[in-house]
Amino acid sequence: MAAAKVPGVLGSFEHIDSAVEAIHGLKRSGHDDLTVYSAAPNHELEEALGTGSSWVRAFTLIGALTGCTAGYAMTTWMSYDWPLLVGGKPTAAFPPYTVIMFELAILLGSLSTVTGMILLPQLKKIRGRAFHPRFSDDRIGIFVPCPSDRAEGIKRLLMGAGAVEVSHEA
Amino acid sequence: MTAVTHEPHVPTQTHAEVTRDVVATLGTPSRGYYLALFTAIGMFLIGLGTFVMLLKEGLGLAGYSPPGFWLVYITTFVFWVGIGHAGTLISAILFLFRSPWRTAVYRSTEAMTVFAVMTAALFPIIHIGRQWIFYWLLPYPNQRFLWPNFKSPLIWDVFAISTYFTVSTTFLVVGLIPDIAAVRDKVTGWRKKLYGLCSLGWTGSDNQWRHYSRGYLYLAALATPLVLSVHSVVSWDFAMSIVPGWHGTIFAPYFVAGAIYSGIGMVLTLLIPLRKVLHLEHMITEYHFDNLAKLTLFTGSILAYAYIMEYFVAWYSGSVFEQTTFFRRAFGPMWWAGWSMIICNAFVSQLLWFKKVRTNLTALFVISIFVNIGMWFERFVIIASSLANDYLPYAWGQATPTWADWGILIGSFGWFGMYFLLFARTFPVVAIQEIKEMIPMPRRKGA
Repeated sequence: MAAAKVPGVLGSFEHIDSAVEAIHGLKRSGHDDLTVYSAAPNHELEEALGTGSSWVRAFTLIGALTGCTAGYAMTTWMSYDWPLLVGGKPTAAFPPYTVIMFELAILLGSLSTVTGMILLPQLKKIRGRAFHPRFSDDRIGIFVPCPSDRAEGIKRLLMGAGAVEVSHEA
Repeated sequence: MTAVTHEPHVPTQTHAEVTRDVVATLGTPSRGYYLALFTAIGMFLIGLGTFVMLLKEGLGLAGYSPPGFWLVYITTFVFWVGIGHAGTLISAILFLFRSPWRTAVYRSTEAMTVFAVMTAALFPIIHIGRQWIFYWLLPYPNQRFLWPNFKSPLIWDVFAISTYFTVSTTFLVVGLIPDIAAVRDKVTGWRKKLYGLCSLGWTGSDNQWRHYSRGYLYLAALATPLVLSVHSVVSWDFAMSIVPGWHGTIFAPYFVAGAIYSGIGMVLTLLIPLRKVLHLEHMITEYHFDNLAKLTLFTGSILAYAYIMEYFVAWYSGSVFEQTTFFRRAFGPMWWAGWSMIICNAFVSQLLWFKKVRTNLTALFVISIFVNIGMWFERFVIIASSLANDYLPYAWGQATPTWADWGILIGSFGWFGMYFLLFARTFPVVAIQEIKEMIPMPRRKGA
């Protein structure tokens, strides 16, 4: 197992139902600060952990609205700053500018979504928690941060749920 | 060939086998790979040499003469933008529709999209003549106190293409991160360090997946209208003018259908040999090709309908200019190009009604080549024939492509092929994480 900075117990699971059982058991015994690793997102794990929905959507909305507004403001201001007057037609014309507004809404909406995807996971400090390369392959990992005196109890709980490998990361 | 089961979209491998098989594609390349790569680099160098000559001599070298100021370069620009549409259609639109067959093929089509748009973006720059001042197209404060004309479809195009390139690249990179992490955990030495750097610290923790899954969904939702808008905007480069044969309201849907049709054609051309070279026959199966072929048939049929409507509208308009343009497309000096487009796109695609054709990879590969040729000719016919015969007969004239046109065209295939081949050996061409998502995780207590 990789060296860990945060003390705790790391369990490795082959079966999804074992991992779900372990999460329920840990929650019942008061361990809410878990880190669960998996190679792909899984609804059963999400339900067991009770994770809420992500605030990435706020980044998407704000980015898209900013892009749309910027598209309108930029085209209109620039049209008046350098007027191209043709046959009495409006200096700033809304219909053709919707193309620019739309493109900038998509562009800034996408870039701010990615910003949200990068920033939001940083809110939960998981740096230094143990990880094993098999978690990106075919195993599910559960890391439970805890002091050394509680490690034995957690190891027993994880083994009882069906963990194939459990280690104490001090 | 893998047998089609009752649930053909569910892969038969385990999670560990998926990682193993995809990581194996990143091993030491074969001689054939190097041959293909050096051929692509050689083709690119032909294009580069031609471009240097164009810089020196000007666009007259490419046969640009009145009234034919748009010719092979704009044809090839529209061709490559069109190719770039299949990737985002498969990765974003089919993701929102939860279409299971996209999973095995979307990564390679997404990469194809990014490289096709990179190729397309070169053409307006090559075409403008004074290539060193292309940045005048962008709105930036300058000493001349000028701003771009936002009422011009050419400026819309600058925004549409640059947005499409940025968003499709973002989508590709975001999708790659968990897979790069999976590769990182399998390889050793300097490669581990390199993939580790590219994986941006991905561990697949519940917290990362929570934000990632949502973010990916929103990116797909944003990319979906973008796909439909980009080729619409490209079509308005033509349709907003009053040139006969261009000034049609059907242009946006007609171009979008054509773009998807040509894009899927290129996907077939690339995937059929790629899956063999990378030994991915068990992951990209007959089932996936059958679905790609159905999409080709669907968009090809829309295209056939659009061709019929173009001729009908020209006749029904009563406009002698429209009627002449369309008459000359079929029976004028460029009849061969007009009929190539109709036969390759409207007729050849109809063979895909037959399941035997859809599941025969040799037949599909041949059809995909016809699709590529047909779609290049479609853009050539639209551009060259309409400009050749405008309103004033004394201004008529047929511009002829020269070696400088073909040199740049060859170079564009080299530029595209070079990037695609490098990508295929550097990053997973099959989405490891999404394939695993489709495979039910093993249970201790049975299903």
